[in-house]
Amino acid sequence: MADAKSPAPRPLSPHLQIYTPMLTMMMSIVHRITGSALYIGTLGLAWWLIAAASGPAYFDFVQAVFGSLLGQLALLFYTWALIHHMLGGLRHLVWDTGRGFELPTVELMARTGLAGSLLLTAAIWLFIYLAMGGA
Amino acid sequence: MDMRTPLGRVRGLGSAKEGADHFWRQRLTAIANIPLTLFLVVTLIIYGGADYAVVASHLASPFVAIPMLLMVISAVIHMRLGMQVIIEDYVSSEGLKIISLMLNTFFCASAGLASAFAILKLSFGA
Repeated sequence: MADAKSPAPRPLSPHLQIYTPMLTMMMSIVHRITGSALYIGTLGLAWWLIAAASGPAYFDFVQAVFGSLLGQLALLFYTWALIHHMLGGLRHLVWDTGRGFELPTVELMARTGLAGSLLLTAAIWLFIYLAMGGA
Repeated sequence: MDMRTPLGRVRGLGSAKEGADHFWRQRLTAIANIPLTLFLVVTLIIYGGADYAVVASHLASPFVAIPMLLMVISAVIHMRLGMQVIIEDYVSSEGLKIISLMLNTFFCASAGLASAFAILKLSFGA
């Protein structure tokens, strides 16, 4: 009976579109999205490492790709995704200990996580461009 | 007619004591990833835009290569577990789910091994 057709569409449990978007909910969704982005981004890291192991000519090419406008934007997003995912993960580690489930605490952690990820990303890239003279 | 006692029937079918393995490994690698990815970020900030010779000799140093290898291993285990959950949540077709889970493992193993190979090649003489 596994493949039997239902006679009529059955009611489904409420899904995303039924809820009012809230910050905590968006942070949870974004945690998953940033995780997926970091997953794909591992290819970039592997590519860069392989380039370094392949010799100067190929390394210069890969450096030029990451140094292009598109490459820099990708790295900027990657930095933010990494920090956002890390701060979100820290929040989960706090919850794992059974603490921090009070609504004001949850809301505070969501706000500081979002603000912290943006501020730290901005700080890192300002440092790269001002102190290091570009990536 | 089953002649076995009730105890005999259930013996050996109990918890394999691995129920929390996924949870535990995800947390273990999450905690390992904190210092290790911070190390990566600092390394990339300092050496990301540097010349080939500088980058190659820096990555060849054991003090860089070993944390980088640990970071790669911890990161790919962590991301494999995470993507596994995403696949299990969203891919409802059983066949597609199994294929996706296999591809997930292949992807993480390949990305991890490729990175580790590159780091070791730099260390042992590129």
